[in-house]
Amino acid sequence: MAERIIPDPNPNPETEVFWEATKGGRFMLRYCGDCGKTHWYPRAICPHCFSDSSEWRRASGRGKIYTYSVMRRAAVPYAIAYVTLEEGPRMITNLVDCVLDELAVGQDVELVFKQSEGGYAVPMFKPAG
Amino acid sequence: MSTKGMAYIVGAYEHPTRKATDKSIAQLHAEVAKGALADAGLTKDDVDGYFCASDAPGHGPLNMIDYMNLNVRHVDATNTGGSSHMIHVAHAAQAIASGKCSVALITLAGRPRSQGQEKGAIPRADNPLQPDFQWENPYGITTLNIYAMVAMRHMYEFGTTSEQLAWVKVACSHHAQHNPNAMLRDVVTVEDVVNSPMVSDPLHRMDCCVISDGGGALIVTNREIARSLKRPMVKLIGAGEAPKGQTAGAVDLSYSGAAWSGPRAFAEAGVTQADIKYASIYDSFTITVLMQLEDLGFCAKGDGGKFVSDGNLISGVGKLPINTDGGGLCNNHPMNRGGMTKVIEAVRQLRGEAHSAVQVPNCDIALAHGTGGGLGTRHASATLILERE
Repeated sequence: MAERIIPDPNPNPETEVFWEATKGGRFMLRYCGDCGKTHWYPRAICPHCFSDSSEWRRASGRGKIYTYSVMRRAAVPYAIAYVTLEEGPRMITNLVDCVLDELAVGQDVELVFKQSEGGYAVPMFKPAG
Repeated sequence: MSTKGMAYIVGAYEHPTRKATDKSIAQLHAEVAKGALADAGLTKDDVDGYFCASDAPGHGPLNMIDYMNLNVRHVDATNTGGSSHMIHVAHAAQAIASGKCSVALITLAGRPRSQGQEKGAIPRADNPLQPDFQWENPYGITTLNIYAMVAMRHMYEFGTTSEQLAWVKVACSHHAQHNPNAMLRDVVTVEDVVNSPMVSDPLHRMDCCVISDGGGALIVTNREIARSLKRPMVKLIGAGEAPKGQTAGAVDLSYSGAAWSGPRAFAEAGVTQADIKYASIYDSFTITVLMQLEDLGFCAKGDGGKFVSDGNLISGVGKLPINTDGGGLCNNHPMNRGGMTKVIEAVRQLRGEAHSAVQVPNCDIALAHGTGGGLGTRHASATLILERE
């Protein structure tokens, strides 16, 4: 079966660091040194307290499926999901390397990178274990 | 300052077209403006406030005011997707109450069907510069799967079923059979809905609204002018607006912004859910209706599935008739923005001008509620409570 073509993320000066890190296999989150919270998606200014002293920290890559949906009306069906990261935030992602009809809310998943059209390493998740 | 009772909807017009291959977008805006002014008994020269959203091409109000050759002293281009024009009603009331204008024209128009955008499964044409774009676009995000993820979570948390969601579509189809302009006029059953093709789990094809060309317009004015016209008096008594997003990652899809906009509107109006005789509830998808009914307090959180079942939303059958024009699910969803038509049908009900087969008897208080944007990502909820005077 054909692989789904993954569109590029279009990084900008605020987020280039993140996408450079994923090319090296590292999935980074923004952690705020002032309020102690981790947020998603990454911003320069902490969206919880507006502090400008956030820093990048490497994520564990473990999470759980919060919700998902399999898009059947596509040349190659695919699963979009919100995954609850071990660090707390929930992010939109794809569930890959799996049987689409066997996915379930609450399932443990782990990080995997898939390459976009233009060569970016896009963080996605597959069933754990 | 409350604007309760300070503004009246005196003109309401829904374009009869559902496919406008032979018209421009600006032309449709002008046609609905003309229709709403005629409905009100006012003229173009009476308009001194203009409201539109991003469905108006270019700079919105600048281009449309020039195209229609209006002479206004107040403009508002608040854009929150499909709820924009409901928020415009509230903002028009504020402008009227503070003397910034006296006759506000609100228009919506578009032709997504003629332009070939009829597939909700196609990734959205978002702007790469919007901050969330790079975190969502690579994952094949569409309007459809954003809403589907909310439905999936609702099923997981509350045991909601596809059959329960289907009842929303069934109710709208019962109403649409009486609307000669409706895109889909066949009455459907729960079985029809759950047996229609799965498009994005757990939503079936019939859980999704139509995609249509067309538009609508409203005229909002002050009490003095409203009284001088020969139309029934439909008064705005409560309004609430509430954007809800991903909360920096603390995403909770179990509720929508209606949980905030609803109480604000009810508090201003001084009425309760039991006073609402008719409700227009934005039905982009069946799950949208179920979620909003819960958040507006028509039933407890999690009980939406039970509440919508067994014809409870069908006029003359159930306790809360909704979307008696057939809604977005069967009648019309012009420019993929359903807030405008929600207000229009509520006005028809309050005037006693809905189709006789679906007219709610003694309809004195109605609610219109919309969700603009993505229920599962970021959206703006808008609630209006209207009363016949």
